[in-house]
Amino acid sequence: MIQVKNLSKWYGPLKAVDSISFHVREGEILGFLGPNGAGKTTTLRILTCFIPASSGAASVAGYDVFTESMRVRQVIGYLPESVPLYPEMRVREYLNFRAKLRGLSATDRAAAIDRAARRCRVAEFIDRPIGQLSRGMRQRVGLTEALMHDPKVLILDEPTVGLDPTQIRETRNLIKELAKSHTVILSSHILPEVEATCERTIIIAAGRIVASGSPEELKERITGSSRLIAEIRGPADQVKSAVSQIHGVGHVEAGLVDGWNRLVIEAKGGQDVREEIFRLTSKNGWALREMRREVASLEDFFVQITAQQNIAREAPSST
Amino acid sequence: MRNILAMAQRELSAFFYSPIAYVVLFAFTFMVGLLFVFLTENFSPGSEASLRDTFNWLPPLLCVAVPILTMRLLSEEYRSGTIETLMTAPISDMEVILGKYLGTLVFYLVMLGATLFYVVLLTFFGRPDFGLLLSGYVGLVLTGSLFVAIGLFFSSITRNQIIAALLGAFFLLLLTILAWIIVQFADVKGTTRLILQMVSVMDRFQHFNRGLVDLNNLVFFVGGTAFFLFLAVKVMESRRWR
Repeated sequence: MIQVKNLSKWYGPLKAVDSISFHVREGEILGFLGPNGAGKTTTLRILTCFIPASSGAASVAGYDVFTESMRVRQVIGYLPESVPLYPEMRVREYLNFRAKLRGLSATDRAAAIDRAARRCRVAEFIDRPIGQLSRGMRQRVGLTEALMHDPKVLILDEPTVGLDPTQIRETRNLIKELAKSHTVILSSHILPEVEATCERTIIIAAGRIVASGSPEELKERITGSSRLIAEIRGPADQVKSAVSQIHGVGHVEAGLVDGWNRLVIEAKGGQDVREEIFRLTSKNGWALREMRREVASLEDFFVQITAQQNIAREAPSST
Repeated sequence: MRNILAMAQRELSAFFYSPIAYVVLFAFTFMVGLLFVFLTENFSPGSEASLRDTFNWLPPLLCVAVPILTMRLLSEEYRSGTIETLMTAPISDMEVILGKYLGTLVFYLVMLGATLFYVVLLTFFGRPDFGLLLSGYVGLVLTGSLFVAIGLFFSSITRNQIIAALLGAFFLLLLTILAWIIVQFADVKGTTRLILQMVSVMDRFQHFNRGLVDLNNLVFFVGGTAFFLFLAVKVMESRRWR
């Protein structure tokens, strides 16, 4: 449905997007994840025909974004990051104006607006001026606008920014529901968001794709560094050295928490050493009050990967 | 065409939501009233039943009024970011510009329509020459059309409404008043004089106001309008590449 090939965008001397390629299948919901300034918005703006790419090619629903811009714009519903709206217009009036631009006939317009407004729960304030609406309401108006013409592709730039937790949950559910009949790209710099809604995630940092895959696949790539945390009562040095000698245990860090030894254990190659630790404590008569495995989160991975990128980026420029 | 009309309708309704448009409308009609009753001989016993002297003062007035109407057109879209939704909707840049131009022109015609009141007064008290009046109105519509196009162009080059209005007014005053004054009173000769005469809106408008509908002047106003609308489209297109 969406094909992007070697897409680059320069802003003067600044390379905002650096030769990225990806594709999105029909009905897929893709998360575009990255820190602020990574090039997410720029990429989405190229896909929506707002700005042209410096090089590379992109197509949406088989239409080239540069040469067949009008066709692309027809099949896309777009919610820009800042949700720009005309404050002096009333919601219905605005939606009607946009529906006209979308080429909907007068009878279709009323029906399409009603349907989308109910879906995004805009109906209750549809006759109020946009200038009076709260941030969450404006976001919903933007979303209504993006989906009222039933577009094949929905592009949502940070759709939950500025919403309260209830609204965030509602918006996520709505997006998931929309994904059943639309292809969706959404961008975010918040991980749980992408983890909760997307089937596939592309992590982008400094204009480049640094990782991609389903949230589970991304997690798998980092299980090697999972850690075990155990709290054991016993003589501090004995406990530490005994645990360190267990087969498969790598680095051990020990500390004291209200009289208990708190050990952070790194296992080699992702081995499970929990059983050995239990045997050790029961053999020595030490008490064990807690033992849990800390599976690395997507968040750790994200921080780790973007930090690497920043180092890589700074290194050549400093020499 | 549907897109142009949708755009024009939005712009026109935006005027009626905006206090600035009402202030301009009020100031304009007030000034025309003042001109008609006190500042010219148009509404005094024994004088010719026409609006010629009043109309003669309108182009300078419009030099200030029109840029205030047009300053919002694109600058506001740039500033608030609504340009992004507009430029990603299936509407071409040219349709956006034409729609905005048309919407503003209609508002201008409404403003001009208010002066028809004085035509009614004239027919009540005298026997005006309707051919002359019509020709004067044609001149005012053409002048307004050119001014709206120029104002729209200046709004397309900046995201700051005040700058758009000031640049527009400055340019229009240059074109309308300064060129006219120089041609009338200063001693310039040769090509400079020819160019000034050619662009002098005031000179050309006065032809219409004297009842002379000249093809040359018609082409100037219509061509000028098209030229500045074309420039505005190009400026809008070029902003994508930044």
